[in-house]
Amino acid sequence: MVDPWNDPDAKPLISFQNVTKSFGSFLAVDNLSLDIFEKEFFALLGPSGCGKTTLLRMLAGFEAPTSGSILLANRDITPIPPNKRTVNMMFQSYALFPHLSVYDNIAFGLRRQKMPKAQLASRVDEMLTLTRLERFANRRPHQISGGQRQRVALARSLAKAPKLLLLDEPMGALDKKLRQETQFELVDIQEKTGTTFVIVTHDQEEAMTVATRVGVMNEGQLVQVEAPDVIYENPNSTYVASFLGQINLIEGRATPTASGIDLVWAEGQPRLHCKTDVVFSSGQRCHLAIRPEKIMIHAEEPESRNKVCGTVLDIAYLGNISTYHVELISGHVIKAQTTNDRRISRRSFTWDDSVWLSWTDTAAVALAN
Amino acid sequence: MRRLTWFNTTALTFGFAFLYLPVVILVVYSFNSSRLVTVWAGFSTKWYFELLQNQLFIDAAWVTLRVAAISSTIATILGTMAAYVLVRSARFYGRTLFSGMIYAPLVMPEVITGLSLLLLFIGIGLDRGLVTIILAHTTFSMCFVSVVVSSRLANFDRSLEEAALDLGCTPFHAFCLVTLPNIAPAVIAGWLLAFSLSLDDLVIASFTAGPSATTLPIRIWSSVRLGVSPEINALSTLLIAMVSIGVITAALISKRNLLRQN
Ligand SMILES: Nc1ncnc2c1ncn2[C@@H]1O[C@H](COP(=O)(O)OP(=O)(O)O)[C@@H](O)[C@H]1O
Ligand SMILES: [Mg+2]
Repeated sequence: MVDPWNDPDAKPLISFQNVTKSFGSFLAVDNLSLDIFEKEFFALLGPSGCGKTTLLRMLAGFEAPTSGSILLANRDITPIPPNKRTVNMMFQSYALFPHLSVYDNIAFGLRRQKMPKAQLASRVDEMLTLTRLERFANRRPHQISGGQRQRVALARSLAKAPKLLLLDEPMGALDKKLRQETQFELVDIQEKTGTTFVIVTHDQEEAMTVATRVGVMNEGQLVQVEAPDVIYENPNSTYVASFLGQINLIEGRATPTASGIDLVWAEGQPRLHCKTDVVFSSGQRCHLAIRPEKIMIHAEEPESRNKVCGTVLDIAYLGNISTYHVELISGHVIKAQTTNDRRISRRSFTWDDSVWLSWTDTAAVALAN
Repeated sequence: MRRLTWFNTTALTFGFAFLYLPVVILVVYSFNSSRLVTVWAGFSTKWYFELLQNQLFIDAAWVTLRVAAISSTIATILGTMAAYVLVRSARFYGRTLFSGMIYAPLVMPEVITGLSLLLLFIGIGLDRGLVTIILAHTTFSMCFVSVVVSSRLANFDRSLEEAALDLGCTPFHAFCLVTLPNIAPAVIAGWLLAFSLSLDDLVIASFTAGPSATTLPIRIWSSVRLGVSPEINALSTLLIAMVSIGVITAALISKRNLLRQN
């Protein structure tokens, strides 16, 4: 099956068309166009203040775009007030009603649409089961833990079975373990209900875990929109490359070759080779971006076209993996990662050891900006 | 907690004596069987029964209660609405001026408020009586309500209202179902404040009352000018009891709410 975003005939559920939002003279969202498809789990990723919440609030109807239009199922929703949209939002602050019990919080939206009593009760029970909150139905929001509150907020926004669910940093307040559990729960719910999700996060791991596609934002603009693996493996700029995970960036000048480029990057060092489809002109400034886990570390000089040598400056031990910071003669510091498949006492390298680093021609990505 | 020292005990005793001795004397003498206010002649509740026979006082009490109940209710509705608009609405031209102006009547001398209202009522040809007192009391107590309510609204999370809209409420329903229940303690406190302000107002009521309607404070004031009677003491004792109940209720409500929030 073709992914809808690669299918030119697919009809998007949401379509931002040249949307701009300014607060006074400040551009929070800057001429942004984006299509999101039905049953997608779309993650918006970016640093704090880049306009993610503003984008969601425009979808929910709390802010109107300054210019451009937003289509939901082919209909311009700009003039529709929030209470008339088939969109529900889970707020960054959860926004639970403190005067209502967990049950009444979840039932709130259903009561507004005058759902019959029996049907309402069974729907709320269904939501309570889904979010594992049955035992807390009669508690008030202040009588439950942060993680439970977050699940109430989720259940409340899911209860009306919206076409589109907006989640604004839904796991910001959770500890790591609960966050991971909830992420899988979300994906599970999404598969069960078929709702389209748009999730805002500033945690790249979260975006990678849950999303069908990730949009990386910077200063009100989308820098790249792709599936998580594509974003990770083929970032289109040094900004995206360094925003997702760890990366080594080596700056130099390109010389085009038959299958890619050779990079002149430091005085007296051999050229680095990189396979790429992007065309560079001779002498053009560019960066090689290499993920630390794609760099191998050796005690002896390896057989490879891309190799450098240096001394171990620092070792970050993370249990399952270790990251070695290796300082080259040129002054560059390169990070290389190895899995700790041996016990730590039998580690091959230690501080101040002289080591070789190598990688293949396809490991690096050449970036023009 | 540290034990009270000799100095602290003395300071406390004198302070409270200064505050409450006059009130205690008034309450004690309301149970005096003698008509002479300054001579104790034994315990009796006869002045309370006599009070019940005095039609003038009963009429005035009835007027006062009606004025207080109606004016504080209207003031609470208007004051809450004003507070809501001033705190919640997007910035509109002159908003700061409006917020400032709502505080002005708090510091305006009562004589001036009373006089200006009197001139207004004469100007538009409204006969002075129950209606004019209610209007006058609504006018000045509304500001107190809106000050109390707006401080609560300022601390109230805006996203709760947005969540209500998001779940299908109209803005009016969102206000009734989410905002109001959460600011209710402030609204009730505002109502109690307006009620007690209206209950003990003498100055503004004197300007706006007419021969058809006289409030209790005016009645007490005018009869005291002919000499203090034990009946007045009894009446004042009843008023003190009522105000105390009101204040204690308000305190309990806000305390319970505080407990619930933590
Ligand atoms: N109501 C507003 N008035 C003025 N500026 C705002 C308002 N809402 C957001 N902004 C500004 O817009 C920018 C983007 O905000 P936001 O969308 O909340 O960022 P994010 O959610 O990505 O952290 C921020 O710089 C913020 O200060
Ligand atoms: Mg945000």
